[in-house]
Amino acid sequence: MNGAVTAEARRIHASRLGMWVFLGSELLLFAGLFAVYAGYRARLPRMFVEGSAATDLVLGSANTGVLLTSSLLAVLAVHARRTRHPRRASQLLAGTTALGTLFLVLKAVEYHAHLTGGLGPGGPVFWTLYYAMTGLHALHVLAGMVILGVLAWQLRYRELEAHVLENGANYWHLVDLVWLFLWPLFYLGRR
Amino acid sequence: VIETPPSAASGSVPAAIAPAPIGPSWLDDRSLRSWLAPTDHKRIGVLFLVGTTVFLLLGGVFALLLRAELLTPETDFLPPDQYNRLFTMHGVIMVWLFMIPAIPSGFGNFLVPLMIGAHDVAFPRINLASWYVYVLGGVLVLGGLFLGAADTGWTFYTPYSTTSPSQVAPVVIGIFVLGISSILSGINFIVTTHTLRAEGVTWFRIPLFVWTIYGTALIQVAATPVLAMALALVGVDHVLGWGVFDPSRGGDPILFQHLFWFYSHPAVYIMVLPGMGVVSEVVCTFAHRNPTSYTLLAVSSLGIAGVGFLTWGHHMFVSGMSAFDAGAFGALSMLVSIFSAIKVFTWTGTLWRGNIVVATPLLYVLAFLYLFMFGGMTGVAVATSSLDVHWHDTYFVVAHFHFIMVGGTLTAFLAAAHYWFPKITGRMYPERWGLVAASLVFAGFNLTFVPQFLLGNAGMPRRYATYPAEFQGLNVVSTVGSWVLGLAVVVPLVYLTWSMFRGRPAPPNPWGSRSFEWRSPTPPPPTNFPPEGPRWAIGPYDYDRELT
Repeated sequence: MNGAVTAEARRIHASRLGMWVFLGSELLLFAGLFAVYAGYRARLPRMFVEGSAATDLVLGSANTGVLLTSSLLAVLAVHARRTRHPRRASQLLAGTTALGTLFLVLKAVEYHAHLTGGLGPGGPVFWTLYYAMTGLHALHVLAGMVILGVLAWQLRYRELEAHVLENGANYWHLVDLVWLFLWPLFYLGRR
Repeated sequence: VIETPPSAASGSVPAAIAPAPIGPSWLDDRSLRSWLAPTDHKRIGVLFLVGTTVFLLLGGVFALLLRAELLTPETDFLPPDQYNRLFTMHGVIMVWLFMIPAIPSGFGNFLVPLMIGAHDVAFPRINLASWYVYVLGGVLVLGGLFLGAADTGWTFYTPYSTTSPSQVAPVVIGIFVLGISSILSGINFIVTTHTLRAEGVTWFRIPLFVWTIYGTALIQVAATPVLAMALALVGVDHVLGWGVFDPSRGGDPILFQHLFWFYSHPAVYIMVLPGMGVVSEVVCTFAHRNPTSYTLLAVSSLGIAGVGFLTWGHHMFVSGMSAFDAGAFGALSMLVSIFSAIKVFTWTGTLWRGNIVVATPLLYVLAFLYLFMFGGMTGVAVATSSLDVHWHDTYFVVAHFHFIMVGGTLTAFLAAAHYWFPKITGRMYPERWGLVAASLVFAGFNLTFVPQFLLGNAGMPRRYATYPAEFQGLNVVSTVGSWVLGLAVVVPLVYLTWSMFRGRPAPPNPWGSRSFEWRSPTPPPPTNFPPEGPRWAIGPYDYDRELT
């Protein structure tokens, strides 16, 4: 193996490793909140059951479907880039960000209904945690959409290396994964 | 065998490491742009060193003011409210703006690539971002300070921190931002160590300093986000009144303490592990021999980093913890002392029958060994819950952690500043002044903090501006000690700054070290090594083999 190839392989390895370490760090950001949730739920089981019963099961579950589908599109985009179809990859990523937007719209509808119904943050801790955790998650959705939007633009009009697209898609999967825990914790634990 | 003066003072260099022809240096580019937007790890490292030193001085001035107020039992010039704000800012600045970034982001940035044979860190632009994020965090904390400062103590315990009328929000947001800088640097060091080691530099051949920076980076990446989250909740609570930790709404203030210490105990190891790396380097170089066990020194760094995550409860023995939990956390805390003792014995064993040369860096390291051991032993004592109930929130605890933080981290920082001064600047510092200042640091430190052990044991609580008259004698000793320590920190600052411009040009390897960072030219060229990278035939501590 000549020197240039080694340096190239190292650069890609470094980029991937850096992203995974960052994702681990992000996971721990949420871990603190999950710890708060676990501690409070153990102390106040009733508040959490009643709170879960008042969240919007239909919209919350629909959003789970939306995010899972968006992640599927991201995976297909990575596959398209690997098989050297950057244009199709770009379209698939645009689909991912569109579904991200749909997710945020549905989330906003939920927030609006709760806030007008008198269930805002600052009351019982269940609702404060609901807004803190889904709110932080929504910020991550937004950040992910910006990242994937830029990558889609680069795929369409510039060059984009496959591993950079993978890193961006992995970030999106993290956002998806966190939601797969938020969904049961806030919507499904209703009895 | 003790030889003085060191080879540096006489200028004699072993023939095997004779000066290389002077080539380009990283210092050649003096343009403003090269300092404003550098991606060179050496410049970013030096920027961090300058920034953290500024905050060391600011935090130090606050400490001197606090000690001056404690000269007499009554209130003299700092009313209790201002006293509270001052000790809070002293803690915040020293922990997050000096100790956490100083050695990893400062010396670590400069040295890690040189020690593993890399041309730079893995992500130079993220490295630059980390510096500016640090600056932003510093500005936010200073902004909070000028708006009136926080008065909660650096621990931000709820519920007081969420209701305090002081400027809690900008300070916790500043710490949140500093956490981002810390995480970015941590990611960089982890990836750099994994992917950029030169050919032949295997994991068990990297210099020991790199092991400690690597262990530190693991803690930075894993613990910092939890603190960031906890402080963000406090900030939101303070501004919007969400009451996440408010018992009347189902919250639990003790939970904040758990989250805070889940970070802040490992953070102690962020502060002291890199110092241990400095000690390992200095001990081997000035004893001119292999460490008694490289493997033990390397692996114990990871051991400390790992066990450090399981000990946080020992800060909360009086917060309503069950006897079983207290016992478990106490026992886990004592595990840290096993890894620390492994290090102390290995360092001592390396010095034992070594070919010792006494110079300023080694003097600081000897001070480190004594102070760290003293601090560590008292740490085992306060980890015993029955004793801790007596000492909790007294000056005993203050003295204990200052023995680790100042006696450990600050002496290691000063050791590093002298040991690598020639490498960084290409000039020598005045050895005699160095020895004087190191002795002053040691004397001033003991004078300041030994009385605080006695005060705490006698029952003087921490964080009060006033105290009963019978405590005055020891407080006077402590305050006078703080003046000696203050002077002792200013002296090196003066002569090191002078030497930066006027010092005698340094030989390429003034200490005759075998470690990898001394095998590049001194000061290093902009890209450290030729494009194909270095080839090092013998290891960083092979003093029994000829350097070719």
